[in-house]
Amino acid sequence: MSVLVDARSGQQVAARRAHATRRWLGRIPYVVLALYAVIGGVGPLLIDYDPVHVSLDDRLLRPGSHLSTGATAWFGTDGVGRDVLAQVVYGARTSVLIGVCTVAVSCLVGVAIGTVAGYFRGWPDMVLARGIDILLAFPAILLTIVIAGAFERSVLVVVVALSATAWISFARVTRSVALSIRERAWVDAARVLGVRPVSILLRHIVPFTAGPVVALATLEFALVVLAEAGLSFLGIGLPNSAVSWGQTIANGKQYLESAWWISALPGIALSLLIINIGILGDQLTARYGRGHLR
Amino acid sequence: MIRVVVKRLLIGVLVMWGAASLIFVIVRVAPGDPVSILLGPDAGQDQIDQLTASLGLDRPMFAQYLSYLGHAVRFDFGDSYLFGRPAMAEVLERLPATAELMLASTLIAVVVGLALGLLAGGRPGTAVDRVVSASTIALQSFPTFWVGIMLILIFALALRLLPSAGSGTPAHLVLPAVTLALPFTAIVARLTRTSVADTMREPYIQTARSKGLTERQVLLGHALRNSLIPVVTIVGLHMGGLMGGAVIVENVFAWPGLGSLVVDSVSNRDYQVVQAATFLIAGIVMLFNLVADLVYSQLDPRIRLEGTS
Repeated sequence: MSVLVDARSGQQVAARRAHATRRWLGRIPYVVLALYAVIGGVGPLLIDYDPVHVSLDDRLLRPGSHLSTGATAWFGTDGVGRDVLAQVVYGARTSVLIGVCTVAVSCLVGVAIGTVAGYFRGWPDMVLARGIDILLAFPAILLTIVIAGAFERSVLVVVVALSATAWISFARVTRSVALSIRERAWVDAARVLGVRPVSILLRHIVPFTAGPVVALATLEFALVVLAEAGLSFLGIGLPNSAVSWGQTIANGKQYLESAWWISALPGIALSLLIINIGILGDQLTARYGRGHLR
Repeated sequence: MIRVVVKRLLIGVLVMWGAASLIFVIVRVAPGDPVSILLGPDAGQDQIDQLTASLGLDRPMFAQYLSYLGHAVRFDFGDSYLFGRPAMAEVLERLPATAELMLASTLIAVVVGLALGLLAGGRPGTAVDRVVSASTIALQSFPTFWVGIMLILIFALALRLLPSAGSGTPAHLVLPAVTLALPFTAIVARLTRTSVADTMREPYIQTARSKGLTERQVLLGHALRNSLIPVVTIVGLHMGGLMGGAVIVENVFAWPGLGSLVVDSVSNRDYQVVQAATFLIAGIVMLFNLVADLVYSQLDPRIRLEGTS
């Protein structure tokens, strides 16, 4: 009897442990993302980096080598003797900054347009649908390249160029939420009571989009960071003074044979970030859903 | 059916008009006027006036827009100032290389993606499923250009198996095609996995099993065909994504296609070529989306496009 009880409690313990392990695994993305935030936020204060500094003695040093200044280059140095670790840290700041700004802009624009189209239906909805059709006829990265390439290089232009396509998913999701919420009783009640459409939108529709929008924002953040890296890899968008992972990876391409670390290490930093945001986004999507559209 | 096709084509025309207008606006709003780009900084005022007049840039903006549309309908976007010949001719010359790359990538993505999706979706929840699902997330997360560089590092520089850049031989095609195919493979695999896992719950699969067929026969003979429908559609719908990926991949591998042409033209402010290329790409993407929609409704009689029933 006691043996049976022991066996059962043993199974329970094992199951509980497996559950706990899974819960801890689910938290890895939060830890990794927090780490990136800290490194991107605090790192630049601790590590000095001058993007135009050239140190010919320190060219193409392997990871872990000593610099002429006596410091250690843990990620090696690039073709003009700049520290790759510093570029990764400063690049994290650039990527996170552009990602946050772009997601914020496209979220505001998308939610505004999506809820209006979904709530009022009729011609605003038609215009939105055709407008999205037109924008989707271009591959997103192509439109971004053309817009970013046409204007002076700056962070603002990159944010605008990336937002030009990023708002679409927000508009789609919030439109579908608004479409279903507008039929609910309390919205009818508000309308009958003579509440102004703007107040109905802000107080009775927009709050319901929060869950799907947060889930979508994480996934969009990943896409935006990838697109920004792609842009700066192509040498479009950001000014040369800005440090970006894409730029460092592109610079390393010509030294692949002698110095693999210049391209490889920033790419690993970028991939890790994207993978973890993706996992987090999937978790949030599973919890909050994506509205009712697809 | 014909009515649906006509309606879709009309929407397509509307989309192309919108696309052409959008390009026009971007190019006109952008700083730097084409005349000073064409003539360089040393041009005299009468030279500038002459070229401005001959390009029609002294006319009102709306008149310029109308004549731009009139030429766009005839695929005429003016002469490229870099190449000194019609921009569309330059673009069409680069199209076959991009088509070759995209075709190879699609083949890889469909074959490998289907195999992975069948493996995972046939036995949902098993270790195989988890490994496939995890690796598809990773494949979609890696930046394409970095993957390309890493493949060059491994297969061209370390192992010296394949050329790192350029085109011409089948060996040149391998690395760019694989790089472009990887994220697409992940999409096809994830889609197939979901689709197969859903199909495996259908009653007719149970019937097939109870007839005593092996799991392999059930999977390949019964489940695969119905799981294929979403895969066929995604190939059409992902053409835009693939084209966008090609822009980056072609630049990594110096592949002489549309993508590297677009990036070069944007960097050199050769707007005639930019306009011609984006217009053509938009048209191709739109056509593929249209075909995907139509094929979808033909493959599965349960689906009818709006307007037919």
